[in-house]
Amino acid sequence: MTTRRSVIQSTLGGFALAGAGLYGRLARAELPDGTIESAILDALPGKQPLLKRTFRPPNYETPVALLDGAITPNDRFFVRWHLMNIPEIDAAAWRLSVGGDGATQPLALTLEQLRREFEPVEVVAVCQCAGNRRGLSEPHVPGVEWGNGAMGNARWKGARLKDVLARAALKKETIEIAFNGADAPPLEATPPFVKSIPAWKALDDSVLVAYEMNGAPLPHWNGFPARIVVPGWAATYWMKQVVSIRALTQPLASFWMNTAYRIPKGRFPLVDRFMSQESETSTPITELVVNSLVTNLRDGQRLASHSPVVVRGLAWDGGYGIRRVEVSIDTGRTWETADLDDDLGRFSFRPWHYAFRPRAKGPLTVMARASNAIGSTQTFELIFNNPGYHNNVIQKVAIEIV
Amino acid sequence: MRPARKSIPARAGVALLASAGALAAQADETALQLRDGPEAVVVRAYCSVCHSIDYIQMNSTFMKRAGWEAEVRKMVKVMGAPVPEDDVARIVDYLTRHYGTE
Repeated sequence: MTTRRSVIQSTLGGFALAGAGLYGRLARAELPDGTIESAILDALPGKQPLLKRTFRPPNYETPVALLDGAITPNDRFFVRWHLMNIPEIDAAAWRLSVGGDGATQPLALTLEQLRREFEPVEVVAVCQCAGNRRGLSEPHVPGVEWGNGAMGNARWKGARLKDVLARAALKKETIEIAFNGADAPPLEATPPFVKSIPAWKALDDSVLVAYEMNGAPLPHWNGFPARIVVPGWAATYWMKQVVSIRALTQPLASFWMNTAYRIPKGRFPLVDRFMSQESETSTPITELVVNSLVTNLRDGQRLASHSPVVVRGLAWDGGYGIRRVEVSIDTGRTWETADLDDDLGRFSFRPWHYAFRPRAKGPLTVMARASNAIGSTQTFELIFNNPGYHNNVIQKVAIEIV
Repeated sequence: MRPARKSIPARAGVALLASAGALAAQADETALQLRDGPEAVVVRAYCSVCHSIDYIQMNSTFMKRAGWEAEVRKMVKVMGAPVPEDDVARIVDYLTRHYGTE
C-alpha cells in the first residue's frame, strides 16, 4: 500500500543518496495518517474550537496558530484526561483532604479556606503534556497522537503546596507527596489516576495548589476548582480537580507511576531525578527539555519577496531560563540570534522574533533552536523512546518566497 | 444545559477558525464510524465502555499485529476490560486488518 508517508520517505530517500546526513536535516516528521483523518476542530463547552484527538476521555490540543503570544488564554488551553468520568464540581461542596501515613495532623480544606488561610502566590508556568509531539515520533508509537499543541502557558495563582503540607505536620520519613483527582474510570478494575512527586519537589516554593488561571477560576476542562501546578515538570503531575494530597513514607505503587510516564535512564540531559521511583532501566519523567516552536508560520505558507519576513515563536525549558534562540533560513548551515521578548519568569514561555529580508524567490526552510541557562539545547535527531516523550527535535517549517 | 458543540474538519485549517460558527456541524462521538468488518460490532461494544473509538483511527496506520495485540492485552490486564480470550483474538484480527500494517 502506498501511504503519504511512504511517498515522502521515498522522495527523501532520493535526497539522502545525494549527500550523507542530508536526510536527517530535510526530513520533517508527520502525524500518523489516521490521526490527521480523525482530527476535527471542535469546541468543548467554554472553549474555542481546538484540535480534537479523542472525544472521550476528552483530549484536545491547541492549534499552533493559537499559541502565538506569551500567555495562552484559558479558552484556548489544551485539554487532556485519562479517565472518562469527569464530574462537574460544586465549589461549595468541594473538599481537599490532606493526609497519608506521613502526615501527623490530617486535615480537610474548603475552597474558601484554601483562598483565605494561605498566602496567595502567582507563577507563570508552562503546562506541557509529557506526550506532546508523540505523534511526530519516527517510528510512530501508540498513545494519544499529539502534534505540537498539548501545551500552554498561564499565570497560576494559589497556595504554596508546602504551606498546605506544613499544616499536616509531615514526618521526616516522608519521601513522596501523592495527588488524586475527582475523575474516575467506568470500571472498578481500572487503576485510578494517582500521581506522586518527590517530597523535595513538593516543598519547593514554586509548587502550588492553584485555584486561578490567568485571573479567572480554572476552566472545568483544566481542573476546576483546583489543580496542582508543578512548574518546570511535565503536566502528568499537575493533578486536575485535586481532592486528595497524601504524604507517603513509601514510594507510591500505581500503574501511572511504575509503568506509565517513564523514560529510559541516561538518555536525556536532565538534572532533576525522582530517586524513589527509579528502576534499573527507567525513571519517571521529570523536568521539561529545552524546546522551541515557530508559531506564526506554517508549512506551505507563501510570503512575498519584497517585504521582510518576521518569524515569531516560543521557547521554554524546565525552569533554568532561556538564554538564546537561534534561527536558520538555510537548512541549518548558518544560525542567527533571534530577539527575546517579554520575560515572564523562568518557568514561562519566552516569546522571540527574528526578521530577515529574503534574498531570492523559492522554497525556504525556517529552523529554530533554543538554549537555556545551563547550556542545554535542542537535538537534530529524535532521541527515540517507546512512550514518545521529550521530543525537542529542531523544527523545520517549509515556506515559499514568491 | 451545556451549549452545543461546534465542529468543522480540522483539515480545513486554522484559517477557518474565525468562521467556525458559520461552518458548525453537530459532531460528537456518536457519529464516529469503524471500518466495515464482521467484528466491528464486537470492537465497538467492548472498547467504547471506557473510551470513544476515535482512539483506534488516531493510532493508525502504523502498528503491526504485535502492536495491536499489546494494546488490547494492556486494556484487559492493566485497565481491567472484561474481554474473554476468544474475543481478544477477534478484536486483534479486526484491528490488524483494518487499522494495521500487515
